[in-house]
Amino acid sequence: MARTSSRPLSPHLTIWKWGPHMLISILHRITGNGLALVGAMGLVWWLMAAAMGPEAYATFVACATHPLGYVVMIGLTWSFFQHLFSGLRHFVLDMGAGYELNTNRMWSIAATVAAVLVTGFVWLFIFAENF
Amino acid sequence: MGNGTGIGRVRGLGSARHGAHHWLAQRYTAVGNLLLVLWLIFSLLTMPGLDYESVVGWIANPLVAVPMMLMIVSIFWHLRLGMQVMLEDYVHDKGLAFLSMLLLNFYAIGGAAAGIFAIAKIAFMGAVE
Repeated sequence: MARTSSRPLSPHLTIWKWGPHMLISILHRITGNGLALVGAMGLVWWLMAAAMGPEAYATFVACATHPLGYVVMIGLTWSFFQHLFSGLRHFVLDMGAGYELNTNRMWSIAATVAAVLVTGFVWLFIFAENF
Repeated sequence: MGNGTGIGRVRGLGSARHGAHHWLAQRYTAVGNLLLVLWLIFSLLTMPGLDYESVVGWIANPLVAVPMMLMIVSIFWHLRLGMQVMLEDYVHDKGLAFLSMLLLNFYAIGGAAAGIFAIAKIAFMGAVE
């Protein structure tokens, strides 16, 4: 985008007070692109490993069950639910609802908290079942 | 930047000349992902084991292989649309924008093809001895 340096820029991140609506917006982009790269590649790796045979699958399991593998999988779980709840919020906004300041603020906080809670429940369930 | 010409609006094309197709396809695939990825997560959580034999045996079931293939299509279509929006926002140089869209198309179509092929191989050939 061509930009003339003598022209002023619209006030941006530096001037607004941070709020939940800004947090959920940027988290939607970050989690979406994180899922698009790490999540989708991990999913295809899992399927490819299963298709190639027991040895390739064992390599995948060894990486996934490494402590760093758990960090990635928990991060992907949170990213998925954050993107899901934020996406549901977008469906409501698409219908032209939920733009009132307090309503917008409440659902921004609710979606972000819900993502953390559901991620916690999923992994508590996994650890309770397996360890 | 305006909102396109009157006739353009009538045709539903707008300033980007693609109408609402991109926007709508992103919503359709979002609903697809919502249903299919939740199904995958619930299935993985309730499966007795995630070892090689269990997973291959599970994917080989047609009632699993078909939704799994649909999930791959929905995921890669959705990420293709979403990453395009991100790149359009941040990559301003025309040449780099072209290159990034080229790489994104390769990634989305290549990744989807790899995923679908893997599911098909498991479904048709079963476990590898």
